[in-house]
Amino acid sequence: MSVLVYTENNNGSFKKSVYEVVSYAKALADSLNTSLTAISIGNVDQPALASLGNYGASRVLDVSNDQLKQFINQAYASVIAEAANYVGADLIVISNSFSGKGLAPRVAAKLQAGLADGAVELPQIDGDKITVKKTAFSGKAFALTELTSAKKVIALNPNAFELRETGGNAEIEPFHPTIPNNDFATAIQDIVRTTDKVTLPDAEIVVSAGRGLKGPENWGMIEELADALGAATACSKPVSDAGWRPHSEHVGQTGITVSPNLYIAIGISGAIQHLAGVSASKTIVVINKDPEAPFFKVADYGIVGDAFEVVPKLTAAIKAYKG
Amino acid sequence: MNILVCISNVPDTTSKITFTSDHTSLNTSGIQFIVNPYDEIALSKAIGLAEGGNGTVTVINIGETGTEATIRKALATGADQAVRVNAVPRDAWFVAHQIANYAKDKGFDLILTGRESIDYNGAQVAAFVGELLGIPSISTAKKIDIDGNAATVEREIEGGKEVLSVPLPLVAGTAEGVAEPRIPNMRGIMSARTKPLDVIEPVEVPVLSKVVRYETPEPRGAVTWVDAGEVEKLVDLLHNKAKVI
Repeated sequence: MSVLVYTENNNGSFKKSVYEVVSYAKALADSLNTSLTAISIGNVDQPALASLGNYGASRVLDVSNDQLKQFINQAYASVIAEAANYVGADLIVISNSFSGKGLAPRVAAKLQAGLADGAVELPQIDGDKITVKKTAFSGKAFALTELTSAKKVIALNPNAFELRETGGNAEIEPFHPTIPNNDFATAIQDIVRTTDKVTLPDAEIVVSAGRGLKGPENWGMIEELADALGAATACSKPVSDAGWRPHSEHVGQTGITVSPNLYIAIGISGAIQHLAGVSASKTIVVINKDPEAPFFKVADYGIVGDAFEVVPKLTAAIKAYKG
Repeated sequence: MNILVCISNVPDTTSKITFTSDHTSLNTSGIQFIVNPYDEIALSKAIGLAEGGNGTVTVINIGETGTEATIRKALATGADQAVRVNAVPRDAWFVAHQIANYAKDKGFDLILTGRESIDYNGAQVAAFVGELLGIPSISTAKKIDIDGNAATVEREIEGGKEVLSVPLPLVAGTAEGVAEPRIPNMRGIMSARTKPLDVIEPVEVPVLSKVVRYETPEPRGAVTWVDAGEVEKLVDLLHNKAKVI
């Protein structure tokens, strides 16, 4: 069995989460005593493709094709399934990104492969059996899912695996798949970027605020703290329901589940639905004026105080530390 | 328009999740089950599209008799008819096969699911159904507009959105923003009792994966308090102790 990893590009370049997924796939390939092939679809330049070698891909299939310049999940799934057959891969690793969620099930269905999405660590491997620990109940639990099929697909959560540089080199090989015309029914009309800053699902640091901020006009200090930290901004459900912030920032059981290294919660009481969405964070800081706020029970560091006083001071202290 | 909405029966969002002593299944005692919140968005969108004699809304659920209260709620909200596939919803692969098998010869223009269920969080069903039926699927749709035989769909991406034009039939997994959730009114609740709810038996589906054990997250250690006047100390702890900045 060999391992194939799909390396999603963002306008021709690779984000950190791609190198995470390659590092993860390389660790899997090592435990299975096999090699790792990466597949890149869309127009990515040669130095970026070569950089995948430094994280353990020994071979890169490069699909540079104008028809496939932009992500169409149906067509990309056909390409990845064909590549898996071409290289004889039994295990396919994909990022659990928004695009990955639309892609991984279609790849798995084509290959009759079991799919474990939302993987949070390396699986247990016992002969042909692979057991993947994945998030369930929106962060309230984990499900150890055994993939019993011959071919298997794993979708890895962002920030779940560290980068591992191998210093290796990859052989880049142009790949020319045959794609059914039917796969191109969907057409992209427009791509709208609402932020050129850090994006929430794969952010390493998240600064999140709740109703304690009293109104949308007070978000300036949250954005300043986020800028100082290189963080993404987020909010609680009441805040997005009230229209103070967009739904895409809503973290919680019915919003985005995040897994950053650092989650800073400001003026959020900590309802069970919100806590579910942040339980995978490595370190949690809570700032709240109410010492009884339930969020403090799951915090690593807590400050009892008025957000309007504490946050600007914290931003200044971060700036001073960063110099 | 002929619309199929797939609904899942899930624990209420306020539920504390625990498992049976052998860690293989959810401990359902004391848990209230609801229509998956994302599926409610799908249902509300479908009802809005079909309103005014513009079409019919069928809901499908894979579950045993215990899920009928959830199905009746969907009928009370405004769906015209319902189908229950009489089986335990083993996993997304199984569920998607039941939906695809039911839908394959019914001529649905639009099949909607929630973008994920809040219990197993697979976000898989929409794309599986699309693949099984050989039609386009959009996961995490933020906005859906129908114009004749095509849809304009906005899809969430990291840091923005993509605007797609897609021919019908189409499968979409709906997220917040697609429609305001509708609440059943008294007339809806009364009429739900007499709306058709068919029960069909499942098709067999090969097992490709199984959950062998559930775990709950390790509790965190006690909180370290930092005085509101000493934020520099927090910066120091985050840098030197937690090593996250």
